[in-house]
Amino acid sequence: MASRRRKKRKVFSPVYLTLVLIILYLPILMVVIYSFNSGRTIGAWQGFTTNWYTRLFNNALMADALKNSLILAGLSAGFAGVIGTLGAIGLAHGHIRGGNVIESLATLPMMIPELVLGMAYLAVFTAVGFKLGMTALVLTHTTFCVPYVFINVKSRLVGMDPAIEEAARDLGASPMRVLRDITLPLIMPAVVSGMMLAVAMSIDDVVISFFVTSAETTTLPLKVYTGLRSGGTPEINALSTLMLGAIFIVVGLSQLLRARSDKKLYASK
Amino acid sequence: MDEAMSEVLLSLKHISKNFGEGDVLSDVSLDVRKGEFVTLLGASGCGKTTTLRIVSGLETPDTGEVILNGKDMTDLPPESRPVNTVFQSYALFPHMNVEKNVAYGLKVRKMDKAAQAARVKEMLELVQMSEYAKRMPAQLSGGQRQRIAIARALAPQPQLLLLDEPLGALDLQLRRQMQVELKRLQQALGITFIYITHDQEEAINMSDRIAVMKDGKFEQLGTPEEIYDRPKTRYVAQFIGRSTILEGRVRCVSGSTAVIENENGLFTADSTEASLRAGETCEVCVRTERMRASKTPVEGFNIPATVREARYAGGSVLTYVNLKDGTEVVAEGVERMCDAAQPGDTVYMHWNPAQAAVIGGASHGA
Repeated sequence: MASRRRKKRKVFSPVYLTLVLIILYLPILMVVIYSFNSGRTIGAWQGFTTNWYTRLFNNALMADALKNSLILAGLSAGFAGVIGTLGAIGLAHGHIRGGNVIESLATLPMMIPELVLGMAYLAVFTAVGFKLGMTALVLTHTTFCVPYVFINVKSRLVGMDPAIEEAARDLGASPMRVLRDITLPLIMPAVVSGMMLAVAMSIDDVVISFFVTSAETTTLPLKVYTGLRSGGTPEINALSTLMLGAIFIVVGLSQLLRARSDKKLYASK
Repeated sequence: MDEAMSEVLLSLKHISKNFGEGDVLSDVSLDVRKGEFVTLLGASGCGKTTTLRIVSGLETPDTGEVILNGKDMTDLPPESRPVNTVFQSYALFPHMNVEKNVAYGLKVRKMDKAAQAARVKEMLELVQMSEYAKRMPAQLSGGQRQRIAIARALAPQPQLLLLDEPLGALDLQLRRQMQVELKRLQQALGITFIYITHDQEEAINMSDRIAVMKDGKFEQLGTPEEIYDRPKTRYVAQFIGRSTILEGRVRCVSGSTAVIENENGLFTADSTEASLRAGETCEVCVRTERMRASKTPVEGFNIPATVREARYAGGSVLTYVNLKDGTEVVAEGVERMCDAAQPGDTVYMHWNPAQAAVIGGASHGA
């Protein structure tokens, strides 16, 4: 009886898992597959081609959008890296009254609907007469990227034995020296993995970018979005496939980095 | 005690500390002499770690002063104090190899490279870890990390070494071995140690003096012998070693011994420390290994007891008896089971009066 039930579960669970995976990934897989279709419509396979990729790479507008997206992701992840890290260290060490409230406030942007955020940014920028475009994009992306770095670094700091930093003080290092020699090297994997997540978030953002961008600065996801509105081409499928690949790689690397360095840190305890 | 030993290195004066939930330390004072091995002994939460952190500068006292070599260090940050700590968790830097860990205290003090290397080599030899210089902390066993933590703390030549339960995470055998090594190291280097432990055996084996702590105060400060033989409070008597505590009323005092009686009978104890007068009540602490059970009454004693059980304990026999009022007492002493009393026998409890002390004097006026 018991063994039968166990058997049932054994059969059930792979089926269940496969279903979930199909529902999650089938649409994405379709986009990937049809980016190699020589025909123009999804659903009618007419032979394999890499033609769309070639056209994509020769498209000057696309190149421009790619450049913008990379600059935007790089700058906002960079700023978010600095702000998020300093914030996490400050909160972890400062014994600040109301630290929990600050922590919740710092991570709240992850929960606020992007639509609301985008509108809010637009309202503020318009009110103070700030010119929309790349600077506005970097500012907004930095704000929604900070929590990813902050959370990553914070959890790393919490997992660290406080005696490690105390030992450095005890051996004669000033607080700045401890930060440089001990704290930063130990949290660096978390900083980098947080920044990679930030890049992933920034590089595929449509909603917020849509509100604060100008006509001259367009990013890749905006390009996809506008491209789809005008009917959608296999070129867009190719672009989506490339972005998908890039994000898989970045997020994967980020997780790998975290797992490896956590292992190292905990093994030494 | 010679001249060098009697020179005071560290003075804690009326230290108090409160973390917002009652006093962790209240009015603690302690003088540590140069070259001395002082142990803070107590159950967890008694304030021993806080005391150590106040000496290292990782914690600041609410009131009181920390004086090292005559200089007030109370407000100096930890990096400016010539004091190093061996942490309970060892706290090795996980991203640096053994060599770099040990060199860290020298590097931040800007010692030149060649001198650094020489000192690191010397320290690793001292703790017999030379062949592990390039290993990372994660590749070391607990005992090896412990040695590196000691080498790292000793490298900058501190005037005072603080050790926070350094052997706490090691197994018993390694613990015993490290006790001997640590003591040897301390004597060879002539460095002053303040050592924290909750293990009374460890404290007695290693220390020149022991401070028994309870609830943020020193219960008693003295040599291991004083603490063991003449406990000042009931807590000390019970915390250190195994013993029986007998309450009674003083019948008469002659010289250094007092005759005391209670409902279980009459006994004699050392009253040198306590100025007893006839009629006062007092407590007497008798160590289990000094408690004897005799088949015939002994002069100065009259405590009959009924034997419950005799058990062989390797080298000696433990006799478990009940006194008249039912108090359970254990006596040691007979070497062979065939000499031991049988259950149900009546025996007479006794001990060497000089080895049983009246605890902390009498309750005058009681």
